[in-house]
Amino acid sequence: MTMPLNQTLLARATAKLGPQVSLALGLLVLAILVAMPLLHLLPADHALHVSAYSLTLVGKILCYAIVALALDLVWGYAGMLSLGHGLFFALGGYAMGMYLMRQSAGDGLPAFMSFLAWTELPWYWYGTSNFLWALCLVVLAPGLLALVFGFFAFRSRIKGVYFSIMTQALTFAGMLLFFRNETGFGGNNGFTGFTRILGFDITAAGTRAALFIATVALLVGSLYLGFRLARSKFGRVLTALRDAENRLMFCGYDPRGYKLFIWVLSAVLCGLAGALYVPQVGIINPSEMAPTQSIEAAVWVALGGRGTLIGPLLGAGLVNGMKSWFTVAFPEYWLFALGALFIVVTLFLPRGVVGLLKKEKEQ
Amino acid sequence: MPTALTRILLGLLLLLPLTASANEADAFVAANPAKQAKLLQDWAAAPVPERLPLLQALQQGRVAGDADKRAFIQRNDAWQAADGQAQPNGTPRKLRLNNRLRGLTATALASHQLLDKDAAVRLDAAQQLQRNTPPALLPLLESRLAAEEDERVQDALTLALANLQLAAEDPAVRLAAVERLGQTGDPLARTRLESLLTGEESDAAVRSAAEKSLAQVKNKLLVGELLGQAFSGLSLGSILLLAALGLAITFGLLGVINMAHGEMLMLGAYTTYMVQLMFQRLAPEYLALYPLLALPIAFLVTACIGMALERTVIRHLYGRPLETLLATWGISLILIQLVRVTFGAQNVEVANPYWLSGGVQVLPNLVLPYNRIVIIGFALFVVALTWLLLNKTRLGLNVRAVTQNRNMAACCGVPTGRVDMLAFGLGSGIAGLGGVALSQIGNVGPDLGQSYIIDSFLVVVLGGVGQLAGSVTAAFGLGVLNKFLEPQIGAVLGKILILALIILFIQKRPQGLFALKGRVID
Repeated sequence: MTMPLNQTLLARATAKLGPQVSLALGLLVLAILVAMPLLHLLPADHALHVSAYSLTLVGKILCYAIVALALDLVWGYAGMLSLGHGLFFALGGYAMGMYLMRQSAGDGLPAFMSFLAWTELPWYWYGTSNFLWALCLVVLAPGLLALVFGFFAFRSRIKGVYFSIMTQALTFAGMLLFFRNETGFGGNNGFTGFTRILGFDITAAGTRAALFIATVALLVGSLYLGFRLARSKFGRVLTALRDAENRLMFCGYDPRGYKLFIWVLSAVLCGLAGALYVPQVGIINPSEMAPTQSIEAAVWVALGGRGTLIGPLLGAGLVNGMKSWFTVAFPEYWLFALGALFIVVTLFLPRGVVGLLKKEKEQ
Repeated sequence: MPTALTRILLGLLLLLPLTASANEADAFVAANPAKQAKLLQDWAAAPVPERLPLLQALQQGRVAGDADKRAFIQRNDAWQAADGQAQPNGTPRKLRLNNRLRGLTATALASHQLLDKDAAVRLDAAQQLQRNTPPALLPLLESRLAAEEDERVQDALTLALANLQLAAEDPAVRLAAVERLGQTGDPLARTRLESLLTGEESDAAVRSAAEKSLAQVKNKLLVGELLGQAFSGLSLGSILLLAALGLAITFGLLGVINMAHGEMLMLGAYTTYMVQLMFQRLAPEYLALYPLLALPIAFLVTACIGMALERTVIRHLYGRPLETLLATWGISLILIQLVRVTFGAQNVEVANPYWLSGGVQVLPNLVLPYNRIVIIGFALFVVALTWLLLNKTRLGLNVRAVTQNRNMAACCGVPTGRVDMLAFGLGSGIAGLGGVALSQIGNVGPDLGQSYIIDSFLVVVLGGVGQLAGSVTAAFGLGVLNKFLEPQIGAVLGKILILALIILFIQKRPQGLFALKGRVID
C-alpha cells in the first residue's frame, strides 16, 4: 500500500479539532436524530412537525450509514473491498420481511404464494411468524453465508481484486436466485404491503418513531463497537493485515481468524441494518442485491474517508442526500454525477472528506 | 395430316386438365364446407400438377366466387376467372376457409408439391405430410417413395409413410413401420411411438418392437441434444473469450480490473449499429458487408476510448487496484448513461446480413446457426491474432516484460507508460471486436456490457493472468459447463453451482489455471 492510512486517524483528527468541539458536534447530531421521531409525533399542522416522508428518508439513510460503517470495517480497516455487502443487507431485510409478511397474512399464506397456487409454506418459512426467530434469522442468514464464504475465501488467501470480484459474483448469484418465483421470496416484486409489526400498525406515527429510534440506537451501538475494535489490539492487527499481510504472517499471526471475524461481524451488521430498513421503507426486492447497490456503498465509504469511523457515516449521508435531491431535480444526470463522484473521489480524495478536513486543520 | 392432328390432340390434351381444374374451382366455390372438405381430401389423394395454382391461391386466400358461383382468382389486384376470360358478375367475394379446411388445403398442397421438380420443395412437402396425414394418402406416398431419388426426401417420405402405417390393420405392416420409425432420429417419431405405446396396441411383437425403436430414437435424439448443448456452450465460451481476453491482458499487465470493460463491448455493438445505419443511408447495395467494415471501426473507436481513459484516469491510480476498480466503475456508469441519453434506453436494431442468418441442419433436432459458427471461428481468429501480437512483435515483448517485472523492464529502457497505454488500448479494442460479434446474436442496448462482465471476470479469475491459454480454457470450460448444467438444474442454479465450483477450485489453485511462476512476495 502506497498510502498507509492510520487507523487512529479519527483519534488524531479529533485531537486536532479539540475533543470538546467534536464531541459537541456529535452530541448535537445525535440530539437532532433523537428529536426527529419525537417531532414526528406532533400533530401534522404543528410548525415543528417532521413529515413521514422526511422521517423515512432519514431513517433509510441511517440504515445505509450502518452498511457503510460495516463495509468500512472490512475495507478501511482490514483492506478487503467487498462488492457484495448488498447481499447481506438484503438477506437481513428478507428475514424481517418474512416476519412482516406472516403478520399481514394472518393465518393464511402470504399473497404471492396464493398467486403461485402454493398450498403450504416452504420449510425455511417455518417459525417466521415468531418475531424472535425472525430476529435470529436476521443475524443467522447473513452471518452463516459470510462465515462459509469467508472460510473458503480466506483459507485460499483470496484477496485484493480477486476478493472483490468473487463477492460481486456472489451477490449477483443471490440476485438471480431471489428473482425466481420458485425460490419462495416473491420473485421480482419481493415483499411489500406490510401492515403490522408486533401487533402495531406499521404506518402509525408511533411505530415509525420507534423504528427510527431503533435505527439510531443500532447506529450508535455499531459506532461504539467499531470504536472499541479500532482501539483494541485486534484493530491494530487488522490494520497491519491491510498494509502488509505477508509481514504480519512472518510475525507469527494467522490472519484468517481475524479476517473471518471482522467479515462475519460486518455481514451481521449489514443484516441488522436491512432488517430495520424494510419496515421503514415498506418494500424489499431482489434489486437490493444488484451489484450496483453494493458498489455504491463503496463510494459512500470512499467519499467519507476509509479507515475512519465517522467518514462512512458522512459519506452515506452526503451521497444519499445528493441522490434524493438529484433524482427529483435532474433524474437524467444522477448517474453522471455518481460516476463523476467515483472518479473524483478516487483521484483527488484518497482519504475522503474526513481526510480533507484534517488536512485543512493541519495547515 | 398427322402433324396437324397430333397438334390438335395435344392441344386438346393440354386444355383438358385446365378445364378440369377450372371446373373443379367452380365446383369448390359452389360447394358447402362439408363438400369442400371431401373435395380437398380427394384431391390430396390424387394430385395433378395443374391443380397446384388453385391450391396455392386457396392457401393464400386469393380465391373468390361471384354471384353466379363461378370461381375467380386474384392476381395482382385483378380478378381472373378460373376458366378463362369471363368477367365476374358483381364483385367476387373471397372464400373464407375454416380451420379444418385450411388444414386440409395444406395437406392437399403438400401432396401436390410432392410432384415438384425441386427436391427442396418435395422435402418440405414430405415433412408437412409427416403431420396429421389422412390414411387415404397411403398409396400416393408409397408410389412417390418408389419414384423418389433424393435421399433426404426419401427419409422424410419414409417417416410420413411409417406414421400412416402405424394405424394399419395388418400387424406385420405395423411392425415394419415401427422398425422404420426407430431408424430415424426425428422428434416426431418419438411422439408417435410414445402415443402408440400408451394407446391400445394389442400385438405383443409390435409392442416390443416399438419399445426397442423408441429407445433407439431416444438415443439418437439424446446425441442431438448433447451436441446442441456442446455447441451452445462453445458459442457462449467464444463470447466470454472475446469479452475476457482484453480484461485478462490489462489485468495481467497493470493488476487493474477494468470495470468499464463491459461498456467497451457495448460501445463496439453501438459502433456496429452506426456502421449499419451509414451503409443503409450511403450504400444500401453493399449493406450485407457492413459487419466487415464495423470490425476495424469498432476496434479503433474502443481502443481510442480505452487509451484516453488510461491516460486521464487509470494512470494516476497505479498501485491502488481497489481504487481503480471504483474509478472504472464510475466511468462505466457515465458511459452507460451517455449512450442511454444519446440513443435512448431501448434496444437498437442490428440486423444480421443474409450470410449470417439461417443455419445448417445437422440432425433432425440440431440446427447450428451460421452467426454462432462464424463467431466461434472469429473468437479463435482473435486469439490467434493476439497471440501473434504478444509473442512475435516488439510491443508484445514489451508487454510481456512489463507484466513479469515492471521495475526491471523500466530499467532496461522499456517505456512502461506507453506500453501501458497501448496494452489498454489493445484490451479495449478486443472488447470492441467482441461487441461487433455480440451485436449479431443478441440485443444491443445500454446494459449490454453489464450482463457479460461478471462472467468474464470469472473467466479471468479462473484462467489466471498473463497466459492466453488460461483464458481460452477457462472461457470455453465455463461456457460448456454452463450450457450442460442449464437443462439439468436451471440457468440460475447452474450459475450458482459454477460460482461455488470456482471458489472450491481456487482453494487448490489460487492463481488460476495457468499461473506464472514467481518468487516475489511483498
